[in-house]
Amino acid sequence: MAKRKAAKVTAAPTTRGRIILYTVAALVALAGLADATYLTASAFSGETATCGGSAGCFEVLGSAYARIAGIPTAAFGILGYFSAFTFATFTGFGYRRARTFFSITVWVMFATTLWLLYLQAFVLHAFCRYCLFSAAITFLLAGIVVASPGERN
Amino acid sequence: MKKYLPFIIIIVVGLLTLGAGLMLYRAKLPPPTKNSPATAAQDKADALHVRGEDKAPVTLEEFGDFECPPCAVVAGALKQLEKDFGARLRVIFREFPLAMHAHAREAAHAAEAAGLQGKFWEMHDLLYQEQANWSKGTDVRAMFRAYAGTLGLKVDRFNSDMERPEVKARVDADQKLGTSRGVDSTPTIFLNGTRLPAASLNPDALRTAIEAAEKEKSPPK
Repeated sequence: MAKRKAAKVTAAPTTRGRIILYTVAALVALAGLADATYLTASAFSGETATCGGSAGCFEVLGSAYARIAGIPTAAFGILGYFSAFTFATFTGFGYRRARTFFSITVWVMFATTLWLLYLQAFVLHAFCRYCLFSAAITFLLAGIVVASPGERN
Repeated sequence: MKKYLPFIIIIVVGLLTLGAGLMLYRAKLPPPTKNSPATAAQDKADALHVRGEDKAPVTLEEFGDFECPPCAVVAGALKQLEKDFGARLRVIFREFPLAMHAHAREAAHAAEAAGLQGKFWEMHDLLYQEQANWSKGTDVRAMFRAYAGTLGLKVDRFNSDMERPEVKARVDADQKLGTSRGVDSTPTIFLNGTRLPAASLNPDALRTAIEAAEKEKSPPK
């Protein structure tokens, strides 16, 4: 009962702009989720991702950085994008606190993306199109966080 | 209802992601492969590269070169035929790197080295799939290492295995066997021991030849 009351308290009045913005954010996160799911399934099956003739793609996906403690790096991407999707959905439905979690998730993903881009550019000297797609998605999400209006009240 | 809607959306997306991931995983899982029982337990370097059931009525034995473009075409066609014929077709691959191809021998060593970690067929498929890239590369060794990493192999071990005398001997042995059977070009395919003419080395003709071999093998009704 107390919990239900608290949820109602945290639910902010939803504006049309916010609904649209976070619907877009949720859809963008879904695209990232699809990318990360594809790479994770490829990594677990031992089969290669379809690199479409890109040699750099193999160099990145076959590098030591493609796994963290034996877990495909893309699996962490699933976690990140699913969290971003979840928080964007809740924010779109007016849950004010979810916006904070959405921002935190996106900034963590943004920092991780910068690190992965650095590895590709300066350590591996090769780029993977799936990773660049994921980076673009994260930058878009970060843009949404920056563009979203701040909390009032 | 609206109160529960975000939860429903999130659960549905979560389940869809899980389902799609599992479907992709299953679709990408390579078909079961076998090593010949006599050698599987001992030295994998000597193991026969077989895909399919021992009891299959048709055995297709290919002598292939990873750098030969027609072999890549045949490899793609064979994958489809293996799917279509299922347990009725068994495929054996033997190395036959041609001297005219600069990186073919190294590629054969890469496939054999991957085989030592149980991923010969995965490397076989990848080498053909990416043939247009590595065959023009200047540092093919680095590309093979990247492929090994992508396949989840232990790259250091793969690298040293490529230099193992057993791996080189395996490739030489396959080549000697091919030469003794009159192989002088790639791909050369034997269907139930009978060599196919070069004209049959296209997807449609291969299918017809396999069907004919299957009919020949099946007992008369």
